[in-house]
Order: sequence, then C-alpha cells, then structure tokens
Amino acid sequence: MHALLLSVDWPLIIEKAVLISIIIGVSLLIAMYETYAERKVAAYIQDRRGPNRAGPFGILQPLADGLKLFSKEEIVPNHSNKFLFILGPGLAMLTAMMTSAVVPWGGHIHIFGRDISLQIADVNIGILYIFGVVSMGVYGLMIGGWASNNKFSLLAAIRGASQIISYELAMGLSLIALLMMTGSLSLHTIVEQQQNGVYYVWYQPLGFLIFLVCAFAECNRTPFDLSEAESELNFGYHQEYSSMKLGFYLFAEYVNMFISSAVMATVFWGGYDVPFVNDAAFGLNHGVNLLAFLQVVSLFVKIALFIFVFMWVRWTVPRFRYDQLMKLGWKTLIPLALLNMLITGFVILLKQNHWHF
Amino acid sequence: MQALTTKAKTVGRKPMTFWEKLYIPVIARGMAITFGHIFKKKVTISYPEQTRPFSPVFRGVQVLNRDEQGRERCTACGLCAVACPAEAITMEAAERLPGEEDLYKEEKYAARYEINMLRCIFCGLCEEACPKDAVYLSETLVPANFNRQSFVYGKEEMLIPHPKKDPEGFAKARGEKRS
Repeated sequence: MHALLLSVDWPLIIEKAVLISIIIGVSLLIAMYETYAERKVAAYIQDRRGPNRAGPFGILQPLADGLKLFSKEEIVPNHSNKFLFILGPGLAMLTAMMTSAVVPWGGHIHIFGRDISLQIADVNIGILYIFGVVSMGVYGLMIGGWASNNKFSLLAAIRGASQIISYELAMGLSLIALLMMTGSLSLHTIVEQQQNGVYYVWYQPLGFLIFLVCAFAECNRTPFDLSEAESELNFGYHQEYSSMKLGFYLFAEYVNMFISSAVMATVFWGGYDVPFVNDAAFGLNHGVNLLAFLQVVSLFVKIALFIFVFMWVRWTVPRFRYDQLMKLGWKTLIPLALLNMLITGFVILLKQNHWHF
Repeated sequence: MQALTTKAKTVGRKPMTFWEKLYIPVIARGMAITFGHIFKKKVTISYPEQTRPFSPVFRGVQVLNRDEQGRERCTACGLCAVACPAEAITMEAAERLPGEEDLYKEEKYAARYEINMLRCIFCGLCEEACPKDAVYLSETLVPANFNRQSFVYGKEEMLIPHPKKDPEGFAKARGEKRS
C-alpha cells in the first residue's frame, strides 16, 4: 500500500490540480467579463454608453447580474423531466469547460525546481479530443430543450442540434487540411511548429475562414443563433429555465466562446507564440518564467481579439434564415472545405516530389 | 394601381451574383460600418448628472409667487379655480390680521391652497387667469410617489422660497425663462 502511494508522482498531481483550478477560475472570470464586454461592445457599436453605473465604468456589472440570477426563483416546470432538466445546464457547462484541458496556455515555467508545463494534458490526439467534447456540447442544448417539455424549446433544440452537426462537418474538414500540414493532432506540437512566427493562417486562409464561420455556428452565436431566436422561438431551448440554471446556459455560451477563441488562436494564430520575438532566444536571455508570462499574455491578447470579433459580428450581421443556414453549411462551406483539402493535399504531394509533376 | 407617394422604391428580385453569394465582402463592409460607430460621439445624456433643457413653453408644477419683499401675492380670489378645466384647485381664504403685513400682500390671503397634481393637466389657464401674478407654472416635473394623497400639493410644496431669506432657492424656483 505504501509502495503504491509512494509510486504516485504527487508533485505532478498537485501541480496539475493547481493548474486546472487556475484555468477553470480564469475561464469563469473571463466568461463573466465577456458578458460585460458584450454589453459594452454592443453599446458602442450602437452609439450608446453601455453599463456604467455599477462601479467605475460599470465593471461590477457582471457581479450584479450574477447576484440577480442567483436570487431569482428556481422554477422546475411540473411537466418536465426533472432529472434531465437539471442535467441539461450542468452538461452544457461541463462540456464548455472540458475543452480547456488540451489547450497549451503557455510554454513552461520553472518554479520549486520543477519544469511545469502550462498545459493540463498534452494529449497526442488533442484536436480529436476537442471535437469529441464540442460535439458533446450539443447534448446540453438538446437535453435542455427536450426536458423542458415545451414545443418552442424542443423546436429550438432540434434546430440547434442539426445546425451544430451540420457545421461540425465543415469544421472538421477545414481542420483536416491543416492537419495534413502539421502531421500531428497534438496542440502543443502544432504551436511548437508555429514558433518561427509563420502562422498556419498564412498557409490556410480559407481553412481559417471556414473554421471561424463554423465556430460561430458551434457557439450558437449570431448570425447562427437559430436555437435561441427570440423573435421566432421566444427564448429557444432555455425558455423554461430560470435562476442560475439559465445563468449556466448563458454562461456556458460565453465559456464556449472563450475556448473556441483559444482553439482558433492556438491552431491558426500561433497559440502562445509571442509575435515578432524569437521565443527560444528570449527564454535563454531573460529566463523561462518571464517568457512564459509573455506567452500567456500574448495568447490572451489573441483570444481577446477573437472574442471581440465574435461580438463585433454579432452586432453587425443579422440572423440567418434556417434554409439559408443549411444552404451555407452544406452547399457552400463543405464543398469549400473539401476543395481546400484537395488543394492542400495536392501542394503537399507536389512539395514531397520536389515540385515536379 | 396609382402610386401613393413618389418615395416608393421598387425592390429588385434579381438572383444574387457570385460576388454577393460569397457574403464575405458585404459582411466585411457592414463590419467596417459598425466598427466606425465605435468611435462616434455618443448621443446619450447621463440623466441624473446631465439634464436636457426644457423648451421655453414647457409647463410644469405650479409655484405660488411672492413679491420682492417676500409677501405672498395670492388673495384667494378663486379665479384660478374657476378657470381650471380639470377642477384641480381648491382654496380657503382667510383675513389678514394686524401684524401680518409682511407675510401677505393683500388683506385677504389663501390659508389653504391645494392643487391635485393627478387631476392637473398643466394647461396653464390658472396662470393666465391670475390677476395678481401669484401662480405660475415652473420648469419642475411632478416626482413619482407611492400614494395618491401625496399628489395633492399644498402651500408647503408650492410656495416659492423667500427672496430675502433664501435668495438662491428663490432664483432657482423662478427658473431661467422668467429671470
């Protein structure tokens, strides 16, 4: 028994636990301030001021919103499936948080005589894992809509599920082209390959565009927020939800947004690579910890830019009609992604053949 | 059918060209527009700190006026109550006693003067009817309240501050358009 306990690498477990709690805390904090940023961006785009009463510049607004949601009455409809009704928001939140496990948040730091990698798990099938978890996200939506026992919710859930499934195809295909170039599914390796400052977006602009559009659809963000279309389906799949269960659904959307921004920044924009700086040389000259700090900062700046793009698009582009959505997904994005894949494969083969046919 | 206006636009139902079907250029243009709006001047007025000026013909809560020496001008003649189309004004007259000359301008004064702000339509006919320039409509709004009785304004609410004892309050109550 003692030998078993001793054989466990306790410092590793502790360091991972600390890392996990930090990342989950940061994700939640960022999701909180995304709600604030969303309202501010919306306001500024619409020539308004946005929340500015709670604290200086309204920065306490998310706390007030959270407090409001917590203090609301928790209603479980009589005709709902109670177990699934409660499971739904939890599942949505869980899947939203799980994706962060494989994203490399920085290089590695050196404290207490240990080299600590700033990635929770360097899974060698990282991208596959992300896809698996993201497709599980549809369960939260589907279960929520189904358990509410409400026609609008059910319709919204079905819409959302079919939308997410349709766009996952194009998303996967757009990434296959990229994976043919990287030759690896590990996000850490993909970032390492981009450390020279040449990001994959320069090789795969079309793939990035398709991925971006699909990410909007996956996160149920405008212009693809068909599953919570207020004008048609009241409030969509979370119509019957109240209090913090509703809060979880809304929050999961923002966490999703954060994570998909992180994935986009990692896969296409060099992840934690500091732009215009030779990271390895900088690490040798100024120490690993400072480098890791700068890397985390640069990743978060990239993520923040993507989050801004998410919001910017939301307040610019009106919602697609359902047939337009399906047409765009199946008839435009998937053929484009296939084309992108074929061209990439062709160029890779040509390169292997030293540019001779 | 005859067109009702010259402003009607006929909507083209042409199928979208390839360029339009791409969506991206059009969306990029739209996003440029919304991005430009971020830097535009905001039209918002942060209300409690900033207020918009009232129009010069604005009619708000009635004020019972005093003369330059701070004496109430109202003689309780009742012309305002007669003129009032909403029948919002009630008053009770009293005789000025010796020694009260610095309180009331005339020999008769209003011991009780009430306007029901829920009835008042702020037409300003009381102001027009008053022969003594004793009542006028100010630039103040009637604040919200919880019970009906508090909307019956008496002399405490409407009487203008004393011009000698509280010149600032007097000037404020007079408002900009009258000074």
